[in-house]
Amino acid sequence: MRMLAYILRKEFKQIFRDRLILVFMTVAPLGQLLILPLATDYEVRNVHVAVVDHDHSVQSRALIDEIAHTSSFKLVQYASSMKQIMLAIEDNNVDVGIDIPVGFGKGLGNGVPQTVFMAVNAINGMKANVGAAYLTSVINDFGVETAITMHPELRQQAGLSVESMSLFNPHMDYRAYMVPGILALLLTMIAVYLTALNIVREKEIGTIEQINVTPIKKLQFIAGKLIPFWLMGMLLFVMGLILIRVFYNIQPVGSTTLLIGFAATYLVAVLGLGLLISTIAETQQQAMFISFFFMLIFVLLSGLLTPISSMPEWAQVVTRFTPIRYFIEVMRMVVLKGSTLYDVRFHLLAVVGFALFFNGMALMLYRKTSR
Amino acid sequence: MTSAAIYVENLFKRFGKFTAVDSISFDVQRGEIFGFLGANGAGKTTAMRILCGLLAPTSGKAVVAGYDVSTQVEQVKRNIGYMSQKFSLYEDLTVFENITFYGGIYGLTTNQLAEQRSELIERLSLQSETHSLVRSLPLGWKQKLAFSVAMLHHPQIVFLDEPTGGVDPVTRRNFWDMIYDAADRGTTIFVTTHYMDEAEYCNRVSIMVDGRIAALGRPRDLKTNAGVATMDEVFYQLAREAKRGAE
Repeated sequence: MRMLAYILRKEFKQIFRDRLILVFMTVAPLGQLLILPLATDYEVRNVHVAVVDHDHSVQSRALIDEIAHTSSFKLVQYASSMKQIMLAIEDNNVDVGIDIPVGFGKGLGNGVPQTVFMAVNAINGMKANVGAAYLTSVINDFGVETAITMHPELRQQAGLSVESMSLFNPHMDYRAYMVPGILALLLTMIAVYLTALNIVREKEIGTIEQINVTPIKKLQFIAGKLIPFWLMGMLLFVMGLILIRVFYNIQPVGSTTLLIGFAATYLVAVLGLGLLISTIAETQQQAMFISFFFMLIFVLLSGLLTPISSMPEWAQVVTRFTPIRYFIEVMRMVVLKGSTLYDVRFHLLAVVGFALFFNGMALMLYRKTSR
Repeated sequence: MTSAAIYVENLFKRFGKFTAVDSISFDVQRGEIFGFLGANGAGKTTAMRILCGLLAPTSGKAVVAGYDVSTQVEQVKRNIGYMSQKFSLYEDLTVFENITFYGGIYGLTTNQLAEQRSELIERLSLQSETHSLVRSLPLGWKQKLAFSVAMLHHPQIVFLDEPTGGVDPVTRRNFWDMIYDAADRGTTIFVTTHYMDEAEYCNRVSIMVDGRIAALGRPRDLKTNAGVATMDEVFYQLAREAKRGAE
């Protein structure tokens, strides 16, 4: 225990002495937490719409007005021909172009079905899909409303309509979904990189050899390395939770204690991964590349950016071996749904498994006497 | 055999196809200053790392401070000090903190540590630099500090791997004064060097060539046997027989 105390004291001194690293393990990730969610926004808004009105009737103007006043759309151009719109689409200035034909208003008045031509810029598939679908529904609604205004008796013929309600995130606030996940990712990166690089650095400068020639137990050395980073990680996580409460007004529906407890376990697992990398890598450069390799998989397969359920079967299998996946899921479950320990018990079990595996492997591979 | 500080018999180390240490045998007496010479790549550092328990031998026997390096490696580590070729103190810690850390992990009590620390700082005249980062010290001071730190726990044997590399002649002389002091207090010194004047300071030297010990004895005897006047010439005669190049 006394030996461990000496190691801990030394590690903390080194952490606090390296100002740059200190900033990058605390202030920088929290800053990223504030800025990144603003960028990773999948909500479709600002769909740029251009119209060609060949009709110039009351109805065509009303339709254009309707579109212009819908918050997701931005009317950017009144074009004189569809050709002009196509050019604008090619320049990526317009997402959807609409062509209102001659006789549109008159036809509507006479109850003749009218066709509006729509050209969609499909470069950004997501925006195109959602934008076009939404625009279609706006146009349909307009058609129905116009029909009802002119023929009130139609209102009696009840149509079928679907009302949807969003559970857990009623306002479909994208940030409430992204921010907890981003916090989980930042914590993971800090934990893996710092541990891996710190130990490999001792290999590079040769101090680890001096440590290996002392009677210190390898468990003491490893604990001396992991405990400070674990504490720093927990501090970062708690500060992150406070920050997202203050800045994004995201208050976990579930228990904050559960989140902290889960993060505490999860950190042991990812610190173990960093440790494992450090036993394999001989130089900081190698450690960086190995960490980077894992990090890329973590980012893409964690479910942070794309739902795991829509990944191909093989990718879904891979995600099961990605520890961050469980943490992000639990973050979202507890923050948005208020899940309890019982709900996340299998996630916890998986993370405990990773912790045992990574740390066990690292302990096995770390040798005070090489072969 | 039990009286020897270091006893080595047919020590052999192979990395893949490369034989780094080729069945060497020798012993070092307690309190002796033993010079371990050889050209670059002759296998000195490998042999030394085996004796310190940092590297497992492929075969053969080595007993250090009465403990077998293959089976009692932790006891070996408790009884030796080691100063590696690479500078091994923490440059981002102060003199005070380095001493405290290494003393602490060698299991010195708080009192012993305080006593050792002030004694060491006084001996090296580092009073004004106690709370300076080690990074800011001149190389010679760093080396002396590293040696003293390796001696903090009063090891029976201290292993020094090219301790005076890159150090000026005056500091080198000071360094050897420290080595003599330690030897006078009964510590066995096992030292590698490329400086032949330093070889003359040793009680006995061995010269490694291609993983084998080509010569072993008192510097005076080695010179007489070779019929030359200086250790430089002894070394040159043996080293030019080497088949393998420098690492």
